[in-house]
Amino acid sequence: MDSLDLLLGGFQQALTLENLFYAILGVFLGTAVGVLPGIGPAMTLALLLPITYSVGPDSALIMFAGIYYGGMYGGSTTSILLNTPGESSSVVTAIEGNKMAKKGRAAQALATAAIGSFVAGTIGTLLLVLFAPSVAGQVVKLGNPSNFALIVLAMFAVTAVLGTSRLRGFIALFLGLAIGLVGGQTGQARLTFGNPLLADGIDIVVVAVGIFAIGEALWVAAHLRRRPLDIIPVGQPWMSREDWGRSWKPWLRGTAYGFPFGALPAGGAEIPTFLSYVTERKLSKHPEEFGKGAIEGVAGPEAANNASAAGTLVPLLAIGLPTTATAAIMLLAIQSYGIETGPQLFDTEPDLVWALLASLFIGNTLLLLLNLPLAPLWAKLLQIPRPYLYAGILFFASLGAYSVSFQPFDLAILLVIGLLGLAMRRFGLPVLPLIIGVILGPKLEEQLTTSLQISSGDISTLWSEPVAVIVYAFIAVALVLIVVGGLRRPKPEAPVEEKEEVSA
Amino acid sequence: MSTMEEKATREGMRTVDKAQYGLAAFLAIVGGYVVYDATTLSDGFADQPVQPYAFPYVVGGVLLVLAVMLAIATSRGDVPVAEEGEDVDLTQPSDWATVIKLALVFLANILLIDWLGWAITGALLFVGTAYVLGSRTIIRDVAVGVALSVGTWYGFYSGLGLAIPAGILDGVL
Repeated sequence: MDSLDLLLGGFQQALTLENLFYAILGVFLGTAVGVLPGIGPAMTLALLLPITYSVGPDSALIMFAGIYYGGMYGGSTTSILLNTPGESSSVVTAIEGNKMAKKGRAAQALATAAIGSFVAGTIGTLLLVLFAPSVAGQVVKLGNPSNFALIVLAMFAVTAVLGTSRLRGFIALFLGLAIGLVGGQTGQARLTFGNPLLADGIDIVVVAVGIFAIGEALWVAAHLRRRPLDIIPVGQPWMSREDWGRSWKPWLRGTAYGFPFGALPAGGAEIPTFLSYVTERKLSKHPEEFGKGAIEGVAGPEAANNASAAGTLVPLLAIGLPTTATAAIMLLAIQSYGIETGPQLFDTEPDLVWALLASLFIGNTLLLLLNLPLAPLWAKLLQIPRPYLYAGILFFASLGAYSVSFQPFDLAILLVIGLLGLAMRRFGLPVLPLIIGVILGPKLEEQLTTSLQISSGDISTLWSEPVAVIVYAFIAVALVLIVVGGLRRPKPEAPVEEKEEVSA
Repeated sequence: MSTMEEKATREGMRTVDKAQYGLAAFLAIVGGYVVYDATTLSDGFADQPVQPYAFPYVVGGVLLVLAVMLAIATSRGDVPVAEEGEDVDLTQPSDWATVIKLALVFLANILLIDWLGWAITGALLFVGTAYVLGSRTIIRDVAVGVALSVGTWYGFYSGLGLAIPAGILDGVL
């Protein structure tokens, strides 16, 4: 009940004329940039970070909430109307969505995606409001050794459990940790090459923009499609009574898959969207339509995708741990206001957190109101000439990095990190572990230092708390399974494959 | 722009991706430098239980190990799965010439920005990269580029209250 009062307070703050304006602006910009091919939600957020610099923290976070959901929705529009998905979480949406669009049912595919996103986003945010404060209340009681263990777990999870190649995951993680070492946090300049401009470390905004925007633009430039993609024209999205009847259950089931996976340290959106797809194919009364454009195959995964996005905000807000690239950039946005993220966030910045949560509801609703009528306009964005699109990404990425401190040196770092991002895409290195390493590496060192300060150097303090012991035991079991499993796929994906075989 | 020769440099065709040895070498250099840098650090303060060089030793050491593991995996025929995307066509050979040209345009922006200011170099960056990427409508490109750079300059100035250094246009803008 307490949460409800606080949430109402949050709505009061979020619904002022000024903040409502920022919410609309965020949804609009987020969708517009997210629809552009080659730009996923994480890059959308990274590119739009500078816009939030000079508005107040509450307005900025409200705008960011809009950009977050807008970027997600924009991404699914792209994967339905183009025949290749932009990011791994919309691969499944694209399977049936693009087939539907080719059959002339683009309007229905977009409608079920938009309404499904709204339903899943609203339920997911509601669950977030219910769970996050109590999780934070528990986590805030934990000592530094447990926090240290949780950070180790987050790094281990995104590196070893997600992704296809663990070796490449660890390479990315440790490159990120190396970037995070740069600077003088410990009182001595580390890896600064004697350059005073590096004394404060590499600005994490520059790292994010370099890896996501410059790296991606250069990678695409090296492989730019010579043949234009088929873009399917679309009118006003709408659904018939039958479409509604076939959509609402998949929306709810997708939400049920998406939220818990998103809230887990290594959940992500790939597994729940895939599980949702497989489930819908099994339960559908029209199994023959699957593979040819079944509406259930769009409704379920799209809902799972959005619910998982809401789920990732649980560890982000309640523990301060980002588990997806998009959440990592949300964390940067919050930290750029000098706000300490972590379980104490609900106590130290209650107004801000509750305004953010309220604006997630508002953003989600605006998204529905804005996107159904504007879908034909968004579809036009797909025809943007590719030279302009990628020149524009390079332009805005440079502006974003330059605006951090107006130093050409930051642009030089941006180029170097961008080239690293290009190499990572060439060599199949996952981006997420690197970003997590850069963000969490310094925090890991800080927690270890504080733990050992409190115990006056006694290392056994690290396993003196039950939560820490449980976490280490969990990691140990996972490691054993990985070693025993040898070259088999990571553990959580195993049931996915079994199910696929059963229903295939 | 049309390097369509059938050079068969497609990934997956060959078993050893030699370029991956380059990545392993890069990791070894980074790891080695991190370890070397750690050796130059002195002991921390008395209240610093974790020495400033402790983390660098671990990170650098692990990078060296990963470099060796990657080299071994490569020699055993481990090939990377390159990233896909909406505008990415992996069936064509990589066009590294375009990437180098883009990096050079970017470098020009870095070198000129203090002198000419963002309003000019931003436009140059846009026009240059659009040209490299295949746009041949120069007049329209320049118009769009100037609109973007001057627009963002004023947008930051009046909208966000941030004055981007104007360079030689100081006083004109």
